[in-house]
Amino acid sequence: MKPVARPAGPLPVRLLLGSLFLAVLAVLCVVGSWFAADPIEILDPRAASLLPPGSQRWVIALTNGTTVVAEAVRREEDHWVVLRRGNDEELTAGEVTSLQLRNYWLGTDTLGRDVMARLLHGGRVSLAVGSASLIVALILGIGVGMAAGWRRGWTDTVLMRLVDGLMAIPMLFLLLLLAAVFRPSLPALVAVLAFSSWMGVARLVRGQVLSLREREFILGARAIGASPWRIAVRHLLPNTMTPLSQDAALRLGDLILAEASLSFLGLGVQPPVPSWGNMVAESQTMLLDAWWLTFIPGAAVALTVIAAALVADGIRELARTHETAVPWT
Amino acid sequence: MVRWLLRRLGAGLVLVWLVATVTFALVSAAPGDITQRLNDPRIPPAARQRWRRDFGLDRPWPVRYAVWLRDAAMGDLGYSWLNHRKVLTVLGEAVPNTLALAGLGLLLEIGGGVALAIVQLRRPHGKGDRLITLASLSAYALPPFLVALALLYLFSFRLPLFPPSHMFSPAGELQHGLPRLLDLAHHLILPVIAIGITGMGAVARYLRGSLLDERSQHYVLAARARGASERRALLAHALPNALLPLITMVGMSLPFLVSGSLVIEVVFSWPGMGQVMYNAALGRDVPLLLGGTVLATVAVVAGNLIADIAYAIADPRVRL
Repeated sequence: MKPVARPAGPLPVRLLLGSLFLAVLAVLCVVGSWFAADPIEILDPRAASLLPPGSQRWVIALTNGTTVVAEAVRREEDHWVVLRRGNDEELTAGEVTSLQLRNYWLGTDTLGRDVMARLLHGGRVSLAVGSASLIVALILGIGVGMAAGWRRGWTDTVLMRLVDGLMAIPMLFLLLLLAAVFRPSLPALVAVLAFSSWMGVARLVRGQVLSLREREFILGARAIGASPWRIAVRHLLPNTMTPLSQDAALRLGDLILAEASLSFLGLGVQPPVPSWGNMVAESQTMLLDAWWLTFIPGAAVALTVIAAALVADGIRELARTHETAVPWT
Repeated sequence: MVRWLLRRLGAGLVLVWLVATVTFALVSAAPGDITQRLNDPRIPPAARQRWRRDFGLDRPWPVRYAVWLRDAAMGDLGYSWLNHRKVLTVLGEAVPNTLALAGLGLLLEIGGGVALAIVQLRRPHGKGDRLITLASLSAYALPPFLVALALLYLFSFRLPLFPPSHMFSPAGELQHGLPRLLDLAHHLILPVIAIGITGMGAVARYLRGSLLDERSQHYVLAARARGASERRALLAHALPNALLPLITMVGMSLPFLVSGSLVIEVVFSWPGMGQVMYNAALGRDVPLLLGGTVLATVAVVAGNLIADIAYAIADPRVRL
């Protein structure tokens, strides 16, 4: 029973909300990390570690190349008096090369690194790894799915058995196995994540191609002598866009989640490069004293995945309203 | 039925063989081997060579593959480099612990999901319904490690109600009978909640949709016409039918359950399969990793088979 046709309404709120969040996040992480402090720079681990969010500290660079972080600074005749870890310490005027008040909006971690900077840089790493592996998984999945659905027969059987087999392995086990035998580096991580994720795309595309290839417009294209390559790119691919984009949105969330889990386990992005997952891993021992260190990056992962799920939901809703208004056939 | 079962078992075997082959190929494709980890320059090359021979690494990969496959088929998954024991012994000790944890987690996931969906169906599109829908969506998006750490923080550190790790307290492990069981239960609560809570949202989301569909079916209307209360029509008539596809869904979510419990086991130091695999990955214990992956796949394939059989038993319309 088909619902009565109605005109396509405005874009679903979920789609707008989700994509807006992802876009803002991407801009923040990419642009913001240019302006943010160095995420791996350790200033004064004794005086600057584990500051709560919203702290302000003076960062004083000395001529010997080290830095001192102090709660307060005052000038007395020929020297500086700095309040460091509750004690007044004296610094001669010639020793100090620069003096700067810095805001630690999200506090600092165990080594005194700026959590805000790490969150932005880590987000850039997490988003980049997630999207790169999504692209690789899509290319691999679309290729295999089209080959299987178009050629059918033996090609289909062999490829789909392979897909079934890989899908039966618990993903994290597969990731663990791959991460253990291949040296952890960012490209390897992308390859590993993509390898554990392409099967779903292949299955989806194959199903779509199997039903599309029987349709008249494909028959028409074949009749006028279009090459398989042209049919794939010009006819099959555009017609699988709706389910594919919905799947891609969900998959992006899954991949970001997988990267976070893997980095949390110490087998993903390797320190000192920050990622949301390894930020949680590094701070979990400080859970009782500094809960925000664990829960801020954790919440960032969760919000990103929710946004991706909202986008997927919105695309489905959009497709539903669109489909009833403009029938394909 | 018997023919179907045989065919499914055959297909399952092929699948497991495929997984074994692919994982073996991946591991073999990786550069280096165990002997390179022992990078003490004082080790004479001859000793290195002997180790390679002992581990069977000096043979070409087709031979290694054939030997490994033959042994695996006969129930011998090799020797763990890290634990200096048979892979099967190491895994055998861990599997019951994981089964207890993941099984209870699954129960919570289904039970909680069904309960949530029923509450939502009291007033569809009402405030409560929307709230639970939102909560279910967020639960799905929560990273398992975050859930585990949040539970630890709240109910073990802030409110010291539950132990933060391991299966037994030192005193509980020495006891027998009921006190031992109670100690185990005490340790189980947090990890089980951590496993169940993310899947609960997915079950509730799915069941809410299918219950809404079922409720508008004629047989539910007929039940209402015969004088069944709204509640009875929902619980006794619509629910059993809506639950059916859930069997398949649970079967399909098994790999995720196994993956999810891995992280939980690591956070709670639960001595299960996930923990074993994690340590194997950190120590690059290839035989253990291979064996664990194959065993997990066998479990998933078997779980799917059981789900299909359960579906056929639950739904008389399905003939195998």
